[in-house]
Amino acid sequence: MKALHNPHLPWRAGLGLKPEHYADILSARPDVGFFEVHAENYMGDGGAPHRALAAIAERYPISLHGIGLSIGAARPLDRQHLARLRALIDRYRPHSFSEHLAWSTHDAGFLNDVLPLPYTAETLERVSAHVDEAQQATGCQLLLENPSSYVLFDDSTIDEIDFLDAIAERSGCGLLLDVNNVMVSAVNHGLDPYAYMDRFPVERVGEIHLAGYDETVDGAGERLLIDAHGSKVRDDVFALYRHTIARCGPVATLIEWDNDVPTFPLLLAEARRADSVLATAAGRREPMRRRA
Amino acid sequence: MDIIAIQNAFAAALVDPGQPAPAGITTARGKPDEKRFAVYRNNVAVGLTRALESRFPVTRQLVGADFFAGMARAFIAGHKPASPLIFAYGGDFPDFVAGFAPAAGLPYLADVARLEAAWTHAYHAADAVPLAIATLAGLDGERLAVARLTVHPAAALLRSCFPTGSIWQAHQGDIAGSASFSGGECVLVTRPEFDVRVHVLPPRDAPFAEALFGGLTLGEAAERTAAEPEFDFGAALVGLIGLGAFAGVRMEGG
Repeated sequence: MKALHNPHLPWRAGLGLKPEHYADILSARPDVGFFEVHAENYMGDGGAPHRALAAIAERYPISLHGIGLSIGAARPLDRQHLARLRALIDRYRPHSFSEHLAWSTHDAGFLNDVLPLPYTAETLERVSAHVDEAQQATGCQLLLENPSSYVLFDDSTIDEIDFLDAIAERSGCGLLLDVNNVMVSAVNHGLDPYAYMDRFPVERVGEIHLAGYDETVDGAGERLLIDAHGSKVRDDVFALYRHTIARCGPVATLIEWDNDVPTFPLLLAEARRADSVLATAAGRREPMRRRA
Repeated sequence: MDIIAIQNAFAAALVDPGQPAPAGITTARGKPDEKRFAVYRNNVAVGLTRALESRFPVTRQLVGADFFAGMARAFIAGHKPASPLIFAYGGDFPDFVAGFAPAAGLPYLADVARLEAAWTHAYHAADAVPLAIATLAGLDGERLAVARLTVHPAAALLRSCFPTGSIWQAHQGDIAGSASFSGGECVLVTRPEFDVRVHVLPPRDAPFAEALFGGLTLGEAAERTAAEPEFDFGAALVGLIGLGAFAGVRMEGG
């Protein structure tokens, strides 16, 4: 097996890169730990997106976050898509490459959401093989993100944390811990988010995501949180984040704000909030456990 | 149930709002909940609607947000993205608009959508240095006549029976223009460097541009436009090249 490339992001707050902010970033050079891009948005042949990303990658560490590989799909991974990811990794040398524990491709077409899967021996086998294939094809260690979900599967037999930990153990991948997803899933499934966090294998975590959720109720009138990425990080998620950093030490932390994108200064203020938490935990962490 | 069966059932229910949530999907209460499954349906629909709204903003302005949302919903029901490259989603939306009966009162709508689709295509197209007029300057008349021009990867030519380019231009910026237009237009989309540009060609140059985009030689294209009384070969060629329509010149092949 080939050695995988796995540099790590600085233990700072980073921001999702949005086209409406290219000019702000390139002219003001704000002090931001890193920028994260959705890989699929940079899979065009050329033009302004690549020009901006090339300029920003010269000045900041880049995190490449895929949303379309469909690692949890029953069907084989799309070789063409793997090649596109490899090309981006070779071109921009990101400091992190991550994807979701979810699926999105089907005969019906690309379903454009991160869809949930049952946790079973069969899916564990399938997802581990897909993660391994993605790492071999890209030459890069992958961070696998814990999902947010609205439903459960009768067929599930494995706890989510055990499932993620087993995939990391088998494939050598790292984990991306989305604190908002932990809150969303915990509320939606009547679990304690702090208990989840205290069991999470933090030594495998290479990056944290923070985002804002929306709230509604389900058919029985119970609270239902929606992973919306369209607002500031909610107070309860931020409190859970403080708890997480206190437990595991500083970790590169992304502010995800993909819908109703705010002005750059507002986004930067969110990053500063996370940076202040990271500063309190400085010096308390070793780099993520590396693959032997 | 194996994972293939589970995902088949999930996908089938996801794309068909008439179906109940698939069997085997539950909640912490141990009972299925349609509203929860509907979140996934809504995510897919909202995400794809947003993608169309961002690719076709003028089309949306022309019909209004509500009408556009309904038209998008009808399109999405029958057209799921072929790949995860969502910026490319909606290439066939203009053809759908052309056949969308409730929009029949706006016969120019599909052409405006075609122009917007060409704009996004140009935005993401491969980088290429546009052909410089100096490259042709070294060719004598005989060789010039048999030369063919390679269309720039970002360039597109749209011949419309409607004043599509003018309608599009009038909807740039915050305040929509209110000028009245008539007649067909030939619209050229280019991206010589990184900014996409939209040009309405002079009518006398349109057949010439079409001939060159169709792969004819400069000689053949000039012959085709000989009947145009106002046509000026040199001015038309220099104009198209200057706008960044072409990336190269080749002497043989079609």
